[in-house]
Amino acid sequence: MRPIKTIAAGIALAVGLGGAALAADKTKVGFIYVGPIGDGGYTYQHDQGRLAVEKHFGDKVETVYQESVPEGADAERAITQMALNGADLIFTTSFGFMDPTVAVAKKFPNVKFEHATGFKRADNLGTYSARFYEGRTVIGTIAGRMTKTNKIGYIGAYPIPEVIRGINAAFIAARKVNPDVEFNIVWAYTWFDPAKEADAAKALLEQGADVILQHTDSTAPSAAAEKAGNVITFGQASDMAEYKPRPRVSSIIDNWAPYYIERVQAVMDGTWKSDDTWSGIGAGMVEIGEITGVPDDVKKEAEGIRDQIAAGTLHPFTGPLNKQDGTPWLAAGETADDGTLLGMNFYVEGIKGELPK
Amino acid sequence: MDLSAIDPMLLLASLMAASTPVLLAAIGELVVEKSGVLNLGVEGMMITGAICGFAIAVESGSPMLGFLGAAVCGALLSMLFAWLTQYALANQVASGLALTMFGLGLSSLIGQGYQGIKPPATHDLNIPLISDIPVIGPILFQHDPLVYFSIALVAAVWAMLKFSRAGLILRSVGENHSAAHALGYKVVRIRVLAIMFGGACAGLGGAYLSLIQVPQWTEGMTAGAGWIALALVVFASWKPWRVILGAYLFGGISILQLNLQAVGVNIPVAYLAMAPYVVTIVVLVIISSDRKRVSLNAPASLGRVFHASH
Repeated sequence: MRPIKTIAAGIALAVGLGGAALAADKTKVGFIYVGPIGDGGYTYQHDQGRLAVEKHFGDKVETVYQESVPEGADAERAITQMALNGADLIFTTSFGFMDPTVAVAKKFPNVKFEHATGFKRADNLGTYSARFYEGRTVIGTIAGRMTKTNKIGYIGAYPIPEVIRGINAAFIAARKVNPDVEFNIVWAYTWFDPAKEADAAKALLEQGADVILQHTDSTAPSAAAEKAGNVITFGQASDMAEYKPRPRVSSIIDNWAPYYIERVQAVMDGTWKSDDTWSGIGAGMVEIGEITGVPDDVKKEAEGIRDQIAAGTLHPFTGPLNKQDGTPWLAAGETADDGTLLGMNFYVEGIKGELPK
Repeated sequence: MDLSAIDPMLLLASLMAASTPVLLAAIGELVVEKSGVLNLGVEGMMITGAICGFAIAVESGSPMLGFLGAAVCGALLSMLFAWLTQYALANQVASGLALTMFGLGLSSLIGQGYQGIKPPATHDLNIPLISDIPVIGPILFQHDPLVYFSIALVAAVWAMLKFSRAGLILRSVGENHSAAHALGYKVVRIRVLAIMFGGACAGLGGAYLSLIQVPQWTEGMTAGAGWIALALVVFASWKPWRVILGAYLFGGISILQLNLQAVGVNIPVAYLAMAPYVVTIVVLVIISSDRKRVSLNAPASLGRVFHASH
């Protein structure tokens, strides 16, 4: 028995070493996803970025991912596992992975980490996000122009700055073109639960909304809107093109591919540094999906706003703006600074309802 | 805050539709538990039914075939559980949990390639004349066929358990399998049939989610509905009509919560999310508190392994 065991151990060792030698040539990049890659929305777009990295670097890179990782303690285990398996660079792609990523980054100083949409950084931990709110200004304009009942339904995931910022941006844009517009906001308390999202959309439709904006990841609200008829929706994170030309009349698309390729390249070159990236329409990280099924003048107006934002001549948060309770926030012509936007925890004036604590 | 914005008619109507998946799964599980078997695999059978029904409906273009296929797939998957627990005499709790995990994995495997596809539409039954009755018409008579089917199924299960010889035999097997065996009833065969019925119902409930309620396929879309169905059977203390009551109550809580939010009332969602389970615990405490209430209690042989040689 003993010789066999020794041989087996020898083989295992040889294979292990061989594997390690092979892996050393490749840069190993890990991705932690909050939903399934087939969600057709947020996680799907991150995975498109991962595939773009594979395509761009070919044999020089190896990517691994874990999908549907719950936000919380389990995330720390998943990230640790990935670091132990020899990943050189790990992207954690949801806000709720922030503290787990910080904790794991402390334990693995030689591994580089990038956390999406968060604000905690370290020497080996950078953050990146997209200015989705710029896209929401564009679709808020379309929503304000298109609503006939003047009621716009909004499905939010969690009351965190990221989502609140989107609501405010869309509301400001919609009010600008239609002063009578009202927002009905429903919190789903999940990023991804198609049945819940569909029910939320139905609840909003029953209360007279004829435009649904969503900040959750599945296409279920569009499906519910299609069934109800004569309601418009917008693709979230991904184009959601299967609902073209209606109910989905446009979309906010997250394009992570160029950023992921750039960061992987930096790790390969040894030039990677922890930093904070926050890019929008101008840099191409946020794209506006083809505008369909609306009158030409609405389409032109929305595209005009998109181009102004891209050129930097229009800021979605430009004063005069008051907070919900009426206290002044931005003076005429003043634009919001990134710090306030990142920590946004208030509605702007005109939005009804209380922000959950 | 303007509560008048909530239309009670529409609320009740959408509540009935939203509760249907859980109702179907729960009435199936009730029959299983009445036969003395605890199948914790409801979630797994539901989601397998959801993808099977979806795939068959998409490929054939017929939602009805999809529902039929979902029931068959749910029953097939439950046969795995039946084999493990009735022939291999495995522990029912462990086998049921394994079935849930297996179903979740299997469904996402089958579901590759079905994401982002729209299923053929299931039309509501608009019964002429009575669907036009004010108030009652929109609440009761403008649903899809499955809503009526689920209610009819509850009525059928109730009548079967209460009045028929088959129901009496099923209950005797669940209360005391040794005595039933001594009387010459085929305990294992009866239980396998009950398990298959439960699987078919769970599959139908899943297909209702993917074909009517959402309607599309996404991984993990049942999101715990199977566990609510299990809690519901206990809440109903194994009585069919109370399953309807419980399903509409639980479904009502989740729908009402979204409607309240939409008109600007803030209730911490965590309370509402745990409400079904809190109520179930309360019911458990009540039925076990008093000997007089023993008739409310679980089938006496629930979860116990039956071995014919004893």
